[in-house]
Amino acid sequence: MPEFLQFLASGLTVGAIYALVALGFTLIYNASDVINFAQGEFVMLGGMVTVFAALAGVPLPLAAVLAVIVAVAVGLLLHKLAIEPARGASAVTLIIITIGASILLRGVAAVAFDKRFHSLPPFAGSDPWLVGGAAVLPQSLVVLAGTAAIVTALWAFMAHTLTGKALIATASNRLAARLTGINTDRIVGLSFAVSAGIGAVGGILVTPITLTSYDVGTLLALKGFAAAMLGGMGNPLGAVAGGLIVGLLEAFGAGYISSAYKDAIAFLVILAVLFLRPQGLLGSAGVERV
Amino acid sequence: MRLRTSNVTVVAAVAALVAVLPLVLPSPFYFRIAALVFIFALAVLGLNLLMGFAGQVSLGHAGFFGIGAYAVAIGPTHWGVPSWAALPAGAAAAGLLAYLVGRPILRLRGHYLAVATLGMGLLIAMVFTNEARLTGGPDGMPVPRLELFGWRVRGSITWYWVSGVTLVIGVWLATNLIGSPTGRAFRAIHDSETAASMLGIDLARYKLTAFVLSAVYAAVAGAYLALFDGLVTPATAGFLRSIEFVSMAVLGGLGSILGSLVGAAVLVVLPQMLTVFHDYEHIALGLIMIVFMIFLRAGIVPSLAAVVARRVG
Repeated sequence: MPEFLQFLASGLTVGAIYALVALGFTLIYNASDVINFAQGEFVMLGGMVTVFAALAGVPLPLAAVLAVIVAVAVGLLLHKLAIEPARGASAVTLIIITIGASILLRGVAAVAFDKRFHSLPPFAGSDPWLVGGAAVLPQSLVVLAGTAAIVTALWAFMAHTLTGKALIATASNRLAARLTGINTDRIVGLSFAVSAGIGAVGGILVTPITLTSYDVGTLLALKGFAAAMLGGMGNPLGAVAGGLIVGLLEAFGAGYISSAYKDAIAFLVILAVLFLRPQGLLGSAGVERV
Repeated sequence: MRLRTSNVTVVAAVAALVAVLPLVLPSPFYFRIAALVFIFALAVLGLNLLMGFAGQVSLGHAGFFGIGAYAVAIGPTHWGVPSWAALPAGAAAAGLLAYLVGRPILRLRGHYLAVATLGMGLLIAMVFTNEARLTGGPDGMPVPRLELFGWRVRGSITWYWVSGVTLVIGVWLATNLIGSPTGRAFRAIHDSETAASMLGIDLARYKLTAFVLSAVYAAVAGAYLALFDGLVTPATAGFLRSIEFVSMAVLGGLGSILGSLVGAAVLVVLPQMLTVFHDYEHIALGLIMIVFMIFLRAGIVPSLAAVVARRVG
């Protein structure tokens, strides 16, 4: 039982970060049909900017805010300078652009910061709490609470603000949204900004546990993408569920079956799910227009 | 008839390039780069059959590339299979795996297919990383040199010719395929799966054909790279390698045979040239990829061909 709880805690923690990355994928995908493979770089920026601002003497909370601002600015620039000029290009062209952006951002981070691993002090103390025999890091709870707060805030934003509703309208039908007077270009820009911000917060929260370096983004993008697809692309709730499931599969797979093959277990389950439900867990079955 | 003429032109152009290029290459180092371009172009050519012609994405092709590479490493080292026999065996193994995996996977569409192939590629790479007794684990393993009738195939200039001739054969096979009813079925599937199936095209069968073919191309290219380098590591089959293949195919131009060669050339040569920028190498590479895709969004070869056609017409 203590083992089980231990795996559960670590799985949920990692899963929460995957969920945030998957949520970022989903937001941008919904607004613009772009699969943004630079999504993991926002997580990296969140962690790295905080670490280096803190090293430069900026108090930690301020450093974190600064990191989010930097990531949001990068997200907006990515949209303005790379995605908007390529408007109308095919989906696969846009994917290569985001892959280029991801290589570029990694290169910038390697030059502007360095290529070493960095950590942050835990936000809520470093002594683990014993829960039913399992040692739970307070930081894990910070990660989970942070993720829950972001998801709630995002939901409130979508459901209760005019801008949020414009985002939903753009996602469901871009042309119709434009006809009702929504500036869809700004909505797409907004989706990049929000995705970048969400990613950065995730990066800041998880750095005390998993460390960060200039190249952590690739693996996170890969897992986040898989999580988003598992949940059903375009479904925010699916993205969160997918992220948590991938995290849990990894943790339990590593604990009970084989740590060397933990990623294999996660992907085998994803493959199995896609065979049974080709549209993902919470995705709606696609209706094809001919 | 016009289609066939242009096919012959493409094969002739690639053959002429392979034949003439040595006249201007100043040192074995450049032969090495050119050989790498040909080897990667071979893999990208296969991927282009799948992505550019049949319209199916794969983010896991490095897995097949890795199977080819490890076949010529493991075969001679552990099982006493000579390299020349291990190479086709590896290609056959990759084709068989693609056949088995492709049946269920190719029912998926678009991004779901992307994530499924990505998962497949990761699983293959993970086996190479973890089965250390056979594969040497994360550090990889040495690959014995290829020996044909007592002739040791080694050195950059030798490999230039071996890979160049193979690429010409690969291009010739691909152009023939594209001009055949199978190639037309691929393009029909690409344009509209519904319309294609209404015409009586067996979607599953043709998608599977494209998948298996592209896997075999990738495996042969992987075996060549391993034999050429004399070393193979799990990174050969890694996710980044898969992404590299897709980037090459898209950058050069999906659906363009010459595009595969150009895309491979750009992404093999560029990092070599950019090493003069030292730490700024990745920044430059990323920027160039973005700028190319914004301004030549259909890929280098098709976009430039369109420009030329406009000028002429």
